[in-house]
Amino acid sequence: MAPKSNRSKTGFTLWAVVVFVFLYLPIAVMVLFAFNQPAPEAIANNPGISPCDIPATQIGNVSVWNGFATCWFNKGLHDPTYIPAIITSAQIAFIAAAVSVILGLMAALALARMKPRGRIPFDILVYLTLVVPEIVIAVAALIFFVQAHNTLPIFPKLGFWTIVLGQIIFNSSLSMLIIRARFVGMGDTLEEASFDLGAGPLATFRQVTFPRLIPAVLSAFLLSFTFSFDDYVLPAFTNGTTNTWPIVLYSAVRFGITPAVNALATMMLLLTVGVIALTVVILRRSRGGSTDGVAKNFAALGV
Amino acid sequence: MTVDTAVPTPEATTSGVGRRRSFKPRYPAWLALPSLAYQIIFFIGAMSILVAFSFATQTGFNQITYGFSLEQYKQVLDPTYLGIFARTLAMAAGGTILTILVGYPVAYWMARYLGNNKLIALLLIIVPFWTSFLIRTYALKIILDSHGYLAQTLHVDLMYSAWAVGIGLVYNYLPLFILPVFSSLERMDWTLIEAANDLSAKPFSAFRQVTLPLTLPGFVTGALLVFIPMTGEYVIPAILGGGKFVFIGNVIGDAFNSAQNPPFGSALAISLMLALSVFVVIYILVATKEERFGS
Repeated sequence: MAPKSNRSKTGFTLWAVVVFVFLYLPIAVMVLFAFNQPAPEAIANNPGISPCDIPATQIGNVSVWNGFATCWFNKGLHDPTYIPAIITSAQIAFIAAAVSVILGLMAALALARMKPRGRIPFDILVYLTLVVPEIVIAVAALIFFVQAHNTLPIFPKLGFWTIVLGQIIFNSSLSMLIIRARFVGMGDTLEEASFDLGAGPLATFRQVTFPRLIPAVLSAFLLSFTFSFDDYVLPAFTNGTTNTWPIVLYSAVRFGITPAVNALATMMLLLTVGVIALTVVILRRSRGGSTDGVAKNFAALGV
Repeated sequence: MTVDTAVPTPEATTSGVGRRRSFKPRYPAWLALPSLAYQIIFFIGAMSILVAFSFATQTGFNQITYGFSLEQYKQVLDPTYLGIFARTLAMAAGGTILTILVGYPVAYWMARYLGNNKLIALLLIIVPFWTSFLIRTYALKIILDSHGYLAQTLHVDLMYSAWAVGIGLVYNYLPLFILPVFSSLERMDWTLIEAANDLSAKPFSAFRQVTLPLTLPGFVTGALLVFIPMTGEYVIPAILGGGKFVFIGNVIGDAFNSAQNPPFGSALAISLMLALSVFVVIYILVATKEERFGS
């Protein structure tokens, strides 16, 4: 029996390795092509200037390997289109994630121990916002925002704030599910003890519930932030004249990309991995070596 | 519902004997109201206007007349658009089956064999999310490029083919399938499989009769969480299909952008939702049932 089960374990492991290679190959290509040179004829046609200063329109084919260059990182950091777009995206993602986590946390507390009669209609709404194809939400939001602004001039015009308003629809649902899964998983004995001892909801929340929910709140925030920051479809329809990072990326991919884009993406990936690694280490420390909760919070994404 | 009082009876605070379990500790139900109000205004509100628009008629540039016109829906039934609907559903179904074939063994491997390294594997599944999916899709395009290594050396030229779109779909949706399936497999009691083995069940029949039924909800939600959003895909067909494999999402987008015909785009979007409604209902039934409350 044992050798047979070992054999199937080896088979599964090999397949998993293949899949992880598939998942990471494009990322490796992205990093590699951040060091790519313009096409040889582009360099020949632009004598005397740094390869990275050749205009994007004359750069030639950069989806094949032309040679090694490091100047794109500096070039990317000073790009007049990409840098403001990245900042705008970060601002939008921060606000959308913060509001979503607050809404999601409040709803999670109320719904976790509510009777199914009250909970299920809300749940249906939450799952709907997550499963309806984003293109449908995007065009619906576009019509809604335009009509809302025409009817009530106080309502924001298409732009920064309409992107935020649209993204909160699905990010608050996601946050609610992550936080509620954790809250339900914790059991209610400590809350019960706190209420029994005469603490009100606010004191119980501050002293008992919230400290234990911090990992879930953090992962809800991180996931919301990530989804907003990377979201293309909804902003593409509700952005007005605001440029976000995915919007400028999409037009770069369609109408001419330079390795500066890869260089910027590489730097952002390094920054994110660093921040996340730090968060995991801190959570591990503060929770006495147990990482199970963190893992579950991430896994709750699709629950 | 009524909010249970948080003030305990005097007996309850002074002695454990008189403590009744007649109330459950609860946070007030109104805490859910801001979220509920938000979804009603922005989600239900937006979807309602979409429905209203789909019955409206375009009466000139940027001019809409509301009414109950089925004109847009008649246009949706045109063979051209029905063909795009059929292709979208077929390609999303194909993409979902590929995602299941690729992803299920990985989720199974993580849940059954990884022990303490699960967190690392989970992070490895999630890290690709932290690079813009547009750049990852562009990188796939570099890999599949007709002048690239794959095409020139191995003579596998998939550029702008249905396979390129399929690879893009699997690549982008794989983590969304692996995560829920892993989380349901992880909750499974693997001693049941040992018991089945002891009773001399073959590995596959143990899987079919024990593992699969127990983890079916996670499997179904995972598969639908991939299939339904895939039908609305907009970016992948545009980048990897080279315009040859337009999805219904692209037609909806074009109706609002270049064609300037929002009522038609709205009717297409509503038709997509109608076509998907069975799947959406199954997804919601399974997802709301699967949650385990209390323990």
